[in-house]
Amino acid sequence: MIETEFTPLASALGGALIGLASVLLMYVRGNVLGATGILAGFLQPSSSTDWSWRATILAGMLTGPLIFLAATGGFPAIEVPVSTLSMIVGGLIVGVGVTYGSGCTSGHGVCGMARFSPRSVVATLTFMAGTAVMVFLTRHVIGL
Amino acid sequence: MKLFLTYLAGVVFGLGIAISGMANPAKVLNFFDVFGAWDPSLAFVMGAALLVTAPGYMLVFKRPKPAFAESFKLPGTRLIDRKLVLGSFTFGLGWGLAGFCPGAALPVISTGNPSVLIFTVSMVAGLFLARWMITNTARRRDAAQAN
Repeated sequence: MIETEFTPLASALGGALIGLASVLLMYVRGNVLGATGILAGFLQPSSSTDWSWRATILAGMLTGPLIFLAATGGFPAIEVPVSTLSMIVGGLIVGVGVTYGSGCTSGHGVCGMARFSPRSVVATLTFMAGTAVMVFLTRHVIGL
Repeated sequence: MKLFLTYLAGVVFGLGIAISGMANPAKVLNFFDVFGAWDPSLAFVMGAALLVTAPGYMLVFKRPKPAFAESFKLPGTRLIDRKLVLGSFTFGLGWGLAGFCPGAALPVISTGNPSVLIFTVSMVAGLFLARWMITNTARRRDAAQAN
């Protein structure tokens, strides 16, 4: 376990930018800014025009932390309190879950919730519950 | 212009993820650890994102169509079924184990952090595995119906 500092301002600013990006994408091309959907369509494209906008927005996403680096002199903190095995298994489970659940924190949690989609509200409450259960199990029951 | 603005949406998203702390597994896991090293920061990420997106979407949806496309592409299904609930719960279990969610991990690939790369490769494998499982289930069901 690593203690982290409470950062309401930075977190709210970051969240506002995530929201702004979601609104911009809907305004420009009418797409939901969901990482799961964008990545899935990038890996298994339905057409070349469908692929190119996904590649473009992913390239933009990769640029974000580089701007952060240029502005602050360092990359954002990435502190990993779990084992490599947890990272591998966790990644696999996330990939399966978001495919069956048709979305993740960005698609359901931000875009879907913002238009009050009942499906997204259910999905978001459910994955938050799943995350809380896993954190409780690993930290307070199993003690990983 | 359309592609440039698409790129810009990606940049703003990636910058938002970097600033927010969403791509820091320690911070994410602490948010869910109410009985331990609780860090409520992520509520501010979600809250601010919704405070911008909800009214923003309302304005955008007042238009008959997007600025550079023929229609809004919103999910067609409104079904709340077992697949949605079990899939989302599964996603949560994985998020709680690794501390990364897809939207947080993708932008920070550019930091070259090994944990991010390991997570992303595994997640992509999981994505393909689930695709294969879904197609396989559908095929078996079709075969059973044909008999």
